[in-house]
Amino acid sequence: MATQPATQTNRKLYRKLWLTLLGWAVGLLLFFPVFWMFLTSFKTEVDAVSAVPQLFFQPTLENYTEIQDRANYFNFAMNSIVISIGSTLLVLLLGVPAAYAMAFFPTKGTKGTLLWMLSTKMLPSVGVLVPIYILFRNSSLLDTRIGLILIYTLINLPIAVWMIYTFFKDVPKEILEAGRMDGAKTRQELFHVLLPLALPGIASTALLCIILAWNEAFWSINLTTTNATPLTAFIASFSSPQGLFWAKLSAASSLAIAPILIFGWMSQRQLVRGLTFGAVK
Amino acid sequence: MSSLTVQPDRPTKPKSRSRRLPNTSLLTAPSIIALLLWMIVPLVMTVWFSFQRYNLINPTLRGFAGFANYTQLLTSGALWSSIVVTLILVGSVLAITIGLGTLLAVLFNEEFWGRGIARILAISPFFVMPTVSALIWKNLLMHPVNGLFAFFTRSIGLGAIDWFAQFPLFSVILIVSWEWLPFALLILLTAIQSLDQEQVEAARMDGAKSIATFRFITLPHLSRAIAVVAMIETIFLLTIFAEIFVTTAGGPGQATTNLAYLIYIKALLDFDVGGASAGGLIAVVLANIVAIFLMRLVAKNLET
Repeated sequence: MATQPATQTNRKLYRKLWLTLLGWAVGLLLFFPVFWMFLTSFKTEVDAVSAVPQLFFQPTLENYTEIQDRANYFNFAMNSIVISIGSTLLVLLLGVPAAYAMAFFPTKGTKGTLLWMLSTKMLPSVGVLVPIYILFRNSSLLDTRIGLILIYTLINLPIAVWMIYTFFKDVPKEILEAGRMDGAKTRQELFHVLLPLALPGIASTALLCIILAWNEAFWSINLTTTNATPLTAFIASFSSPQGLFWAKLSAASSLAIAPILIFGWMSQRQLVRGLTFGAVK
Repeated sequence: MSSLTVQPDRPTKPKSRSRRLPNTSLLTAPSIIALLLWMIVPLVMTVWFSFQRYNLINPTLRGFAGFANYTQLLTSGALWSSIVVTLILVGSVLAITIGLGTLLAVLFNEEFWGRGIARILAISPFFVMPTVSALIWKNLLMHPVNGLFAFFTRSIGLGAIDWFAQFPLFSVILIVSWEWLPFALLILLTAIQSLDQEQVEAARMDGAKSIATFRFITLPHLSRAIAVVAMIETIFLLTIFAEIFVTTAGGPGQATTNLAYLIYIKALLDFDVGGASAGGLIAVVLANIVAIFLMRLVAKNLET
């Protein structure tokens, strides 16, 4: 009688042990390419291209200093920062008021408007590459930060409106009603009641927009050449034969993905909602 | 405008509310106008260009082309082979990411030590920019001489494999699957967590094996999330570009030229605006067929 519970807990323990091994194996396997790149970034070029992989080596920081000297890495990073933050601010400026109006003052057309906004996401970039390229060329927006900011704003706006809309929808109506009873004006209501409640949602929306803009590659490769090139397109330039410096490539790549990786880890929960337009909770 | 002020079904609306209503159209207008322009202007231009003879480096060659761009595109093998490549790419990545993603979602739903960290490691590839992931795989892992895979295959006596020359499309599929598996995992895991645990326990009490509970309770519960993942991935996968641009540049031959890459070649390498526009419209039509299903799904969700 006494052994029965003991074997059961034993079995549970074994099960948990196996799951731990399996779960970690999967996690490490999927993460491995990123880890290997990170490791390579501390190798000398000779170690990096060695046919026998070097797991233990004398780490060096020279790749990180040299990518700045050779390619003016800071410029590309600055383009990425300005473009992704600029477009995100513009998205919030346009999207928050729209989401506010649709969540709290819905009309008959609101549902249709939301779905239509989402439908603009379905327009494949390749389908409109030619006209955008020509429009940009004719208005000298090619290879400018403003040009990419505009594109990324339009690409991310539907997602942002949807996300903020669903967050606003979650704000309990009673709280707003109570505020209204107390005679709060619209503006006060907005800043003192609603905004503090919805701020975490707006923040994660902003994070998602930054991630998407930071990693976007199609438009950045096709619409920039030198001046406004963000990190995605800069890294792509390493694919040409003369760019074959693996350790430096790894260092540049590590720096390029580090901030976004951390943002992604932080906001993974809210991302699901944004990425599926609230269809999966 | 008039529909905002006339509210026949609710005649006793509080005054303060109806007074505010006209303002809300001002709040939504900037977003709507911006997106309206974004949708209509390039699309109209694409349609227009697709019926024109228009080459960016030969300005003398202009004028109405009729359906010449389309017939040229439809009769050349390039379009069809690029559509086939596109469909194979989308189909295999979907199968891999959803199949494996479902299994991994079940795994990461179980409790184990350090689950949070293991999960964060597993979803990381999704946040790596496509050009970086393509270059890591191309140079550090799949390079025929210095790559890690070459070292492994040599060690077990298989010799080095030149992945992008011997299995070009498979290599691209592998990279893209690695990028999108975390997405499927993340969405499906969230869906599993909303599964009613009491129902699972009840089934277990009734003597159901874990495979049976998975088959008859978990999988049906996931069907909607799987549909969402499939639709969203399809929209992105239809226009995969950076991974191909960085690794194979569409080659060898046409082996990895998908529709997106074909349009890029036509537009920015051949400067053939007319032909590229015709191809672009075909891409739009393809994407819209998929989009109709996604919109239905989301619209249903909006009712609740």
